[in-house]
Amino acid sequence: MHEDGNAMAGPLGEIFTMDVTSAVERCAGCGAANPVAQLRVYRHAPGWVARCPACEQVVLRLVRGPDAAWLDLTGALSLRIPMPTR
Amino acid sequence: MARAAVPGRLTGRLAWRVATLAGYRDETPTARTLVLEVPGWPGHLAGQHVDVRLTAEDGYRAQRSYSLAGPADGDRIELTVQRLPDGEVSPYLTEVYSVGDPVEVRGPVGGWFIWRPTATEPVLLVAGGSGLVPLMAMLRARRAAGSRVPFRLIYSVRSPADVLYADELRRPQPGVDVSYVYTRQVPEGWRTPPRRISVADVNSGGWPPDFEPTCFVCGPTGFVEAVADMLVALGHDPSRVKTERFGPTGG
Repeated sequence: MHEDGNAMAGPLGEIFTMDVTSAVERCAGCGAANPVAQLRVYRHAPGWVARCPACEQVVLRLVRGPDAAWLDLTGALSLRIPMPTR
Repeated sequence: MARAAVPGRLTGRLAWRVATLAGYRDETPTARTLVLEVPGWPGHLAGQHVDVRLTAEDGYRAQRSYSLAGPADGDRIELTVQRLPDGEVSPYLTEVYSVGDPVEVRGPVGGWFIWRPTATEPVLLVAGGSGLVPLMAMLRARRAAGSRVPFRLIYSVRSPADVLYADELRRPQPGVDVSYVYTRQVPEGWRTPPRRISVADVNSGGWPPDFEPTCFVCGPTGFVEAVADMLVALGHDPSRVKTERFGPTGG
């Protein structure tokens, strides 16, 4: 059973100053583009594992240790991050 | 410390801070709204949530996400917590956690499953159980902003006794329609036996796709995926169907 990328807003907000869940991720496996908020997130692991909702490939992994966070984005080709306009 | 210029903390790194329980309201026998005082709260948008962290005397920590139930009142925020019988955090927050007690919170977080009062398109809200909470925040933000955007809410709930914010929903704001689906027990004289939400409910309680509404769906994973599929099958653009799923470890 999974939840979705909305649940990663807090853990990612600890690292990034922008809300990464609003970013559009492009999957390195199938090329599908989806908001990070809509990735399938699995938590029964030592961290967070987010999979592409189209092809199930792992696109993002986040493990938080006591003094460091590990972020693996191997499965993501790109993140399109919305930026405020001035 | 300077307050964020943009409500809802859309920029700036996030840190834990200590909140205090200022009061509470029991919504149903198993759900309680916590009113938390959070010094320096930066404000938030409807649909955002907070992470709550508890630390035991032996250092063991448990962390959960809860949706904000309505607009902030200065430094006061409201979370509605549904008690899960085998939960780890929710029984504490709804039965033990007392006025004056501290708790750590981090937020507001989430910038995607949100409704802004400046939006003009019609809105459909579809709630499964306590998935109503962030959607109620959108209804309350609509009222607070004096928005006239038409809203429809379809609320799937186990029984009449499980309805959250029942008094408020019984008297909806002008321009808000509310319909119910009961999954375990129906009110006296209800037109159907208990059942799961169907495409007919979504069709009759929602908006036609050519109105181009924004659809927000929140609830348990299975519910959310079923409703999202129904909306897309009815012709709604998937990019206008926004979903938020509860995890299996919600408690």
